[in-house]
Amino acid sequence: MKVLVAVKRVVDYNVKVRVKADNSGVDLANVKMSMNPFCEIAVEEAVRLKEKGVASEIVVVSIGPTAAQEQLRTALALGADRAVLVESNDELNSLAVAKLLKAVVDKEQPQLVILGKQAIDSDNNQTGQMLGALTGYAQGTFASKVEVAGDKVNVTREIDGGLQTVALSLPAIVTTDLRLNEPRYASLPNIMKAKKKPLETLTPDALGVTTTSTVKTLKVEAPAARSAGIKVKSVAELVEKLKNEAKVI
Amino acid sequence: MTILVIAEHNNAVLAAATLNTVAAAKAIGGDIHVLVAGSGCGAIGEAAAQIEGVAKVLVADDAAYANQLPENVAPLIADLAKNYSHVLAAATTNGKNFLPRVAAQLDVDQISEIIAVESADTFKRPIYAGNAIATVQSSAAIKVITVRATGFDAVNATGGSAAVEQISGAGDAGKSAFVGEELAKSDRPELTAAKIVVSGGRGMQNGDNFKHLYSLADKLGAAVGASRAAVDAGFVPNDMQVGQTGKIVAPQLYIAVGISGAIQHLAGMKDSKVIVAINKDEEAPIFQVADYGLVGDLFEIVPELEKLV
Ligand SMILES: Cc1cc2nc3c(=O)[nH]c(=O)nc-3n(C[C@H](O)[C@H](O)[C@H](O)COP(=O)(O)OP(=O)(O)OC[C@H]3O[C@@H](n4cnc5c(N)ncnc54)[C@H](O)[C@@H]3O)c2cc1C
Repeated sequence: MKVLVAVKRVVDYNVKVRVKADNSGVDLANVKMSMNPFCEIAVEEAVRLKEKGVASEIVVVSIGPTAAQEQLRTALALGADRAVLVESNDELNSLAVAKLLKAVVDKEQPQLVILGKQAIDSDNNQTGQMLGALTGYAQGTFASKVEVAGDKVNVTREIDGGLQTVALSLPAIVTTDLRLNEPRYASLPNIMKAKKKPLETLTPDALGVTTTSTVKTLKVEAPAARSAGIKVKSVAELVEKLKNEAKVI
Repeated sequence: MTILVIAEHNNAVLAAATLNTVAAAKAIGGDIHVLVAGSGCGAIGEAAAQIEGVAKVLVADDAAYANQLPENVAPLIADLAKNYSHVLAAATTNGKNFLPRVAAQLDVDQISEIIAVESADTFKRPIYAGNAIATVQSSAAIKVITVRATGFDAVNATGGSAAVEQISGAGDAGKSAFVGEELAKSDRPELTAAKIVVSGGRGMQNGDNFKHLYSLADKLGAAVGASRAAVDAGFVPNDMQVGQTGKIVAPQLYIAVGISGAIQHLAGMKDSKVIVAINKDEEAPIFQVADYGLVGDLFEIVPELEKLV
């Protein structure tokens, strides 16, 4: 079965971003960019499905600027077979991304689409679910276990109260949570091999998708800063402060 | 303007997050209706009718809605949404699961996890793990929004007397089925609603050592949380993770034990009123947000703290 994996180029998770002085956004000049961590987990899961003989081909797709080729090459080095870049320099909202992914799904006809549950830049947690609505496929979000069995996939989901397992008819959408797997690192020979794997570039226009949005960002501000407090010397002093100063116990 | 709030519940109990979501609806302004989709959820409908400020409750009672499967619930909500200016759900794992599906079905963007209402079409939401706050404006005919509970003080659970109307939807879409669940059982307060939270990190060393935090928590009437590292290591289950990609908490008192204070963890707790950090590394970033820091070995400090509170 064919598996489609969507990956996003985002600011590296170790970077503490700063808001621009004109409040137009965050400053991404010269900061390290990486594959969104949840997307790495998605790629890893697809590769494991291929290693188990469940997946026959892994197509990885990214929607973003030319530079997102870097993240696609990383996915190829991790084991994806071919890549598709839908090139756009605009800051696209989740719905636009889901529409573009829907167009790629129509072309590729995968049985399973795996995405990260959220991107660590916009923190939206929407795209997989929206793709579910647009394709009409079932969705297993926040997955910590994925088992394909015949024409179904069982997905165990991390929910507020614990874990929930659902059975979805294929084709289906899965979004990854942190405990699904631990992504591997790409080996040097695989990085070299990835350079020769096919990478196709498309545009929203060529896919016939309009990416206009009903939401606009008016401003981006730094959060209210918390001022550092004090160090106490003993447990007794801590308890005294919590009782008499903070009055929280 | 009429706003539809989707009730968060498990067919037995109406979750507190619903009250925060109604508070967000109140801040937007207009009539507020609540949808209870579930199975055997009549009592939830009655509870929702008591919520302060709610004008009408719609109850869709159908086995297909029992587990909030998005393939079944989203079409029901999308169909109702056409009569409303706004559709709001709590940013719980349920709301996050079905609401984007509703938005896409309506061909509108969703605004995720708002923490403030500026006006009926303008909202604030955290991005980049809370390192920036975006103010966004929506021109969509139907505004589809998830609400971060910690951003809004709950309305009263009682005082209202809304009319309850039974409705029905298309039911089972035939694409998905509930197989089972493993729910954490605890007599302690729910993490996101607790007044005091005690959280442990990798410094706890193993799951067994969490007993020190449980007994401290029981003395304080607190809930127990954890960092991602503690969950990944298998010390405690996933539902205890606090952070950017786990639960968001803002209690009166948050006690971080053996947690370094990575930005992803801070994103889930830095709006707590008072933060205490217990860590043996005086350089740990958690001290930068802590009101009271205590440098030392948690295995000495926590038992002593339990004795003194
Ligand atoms: C995509 C992504 C999402 C993430 N989401 C989350 C999230 O939602 N929540 C979250 O928490 N993290 C999240 N993380 C992980 C985060 O980056 C950190 O790795 C994690 O928070 C570290 O957990 P910790 O503080 O318990 O462990 P560590 O960073 O290892 O810190 C352990 C601390 O314990 C202290 N310590 C050790 N022994 C003792 C002792 N005996 N007495 C006192 N102190 C002691 C040490 O000094 C140290 O400061 C995410 C990461 C990524 C990439």
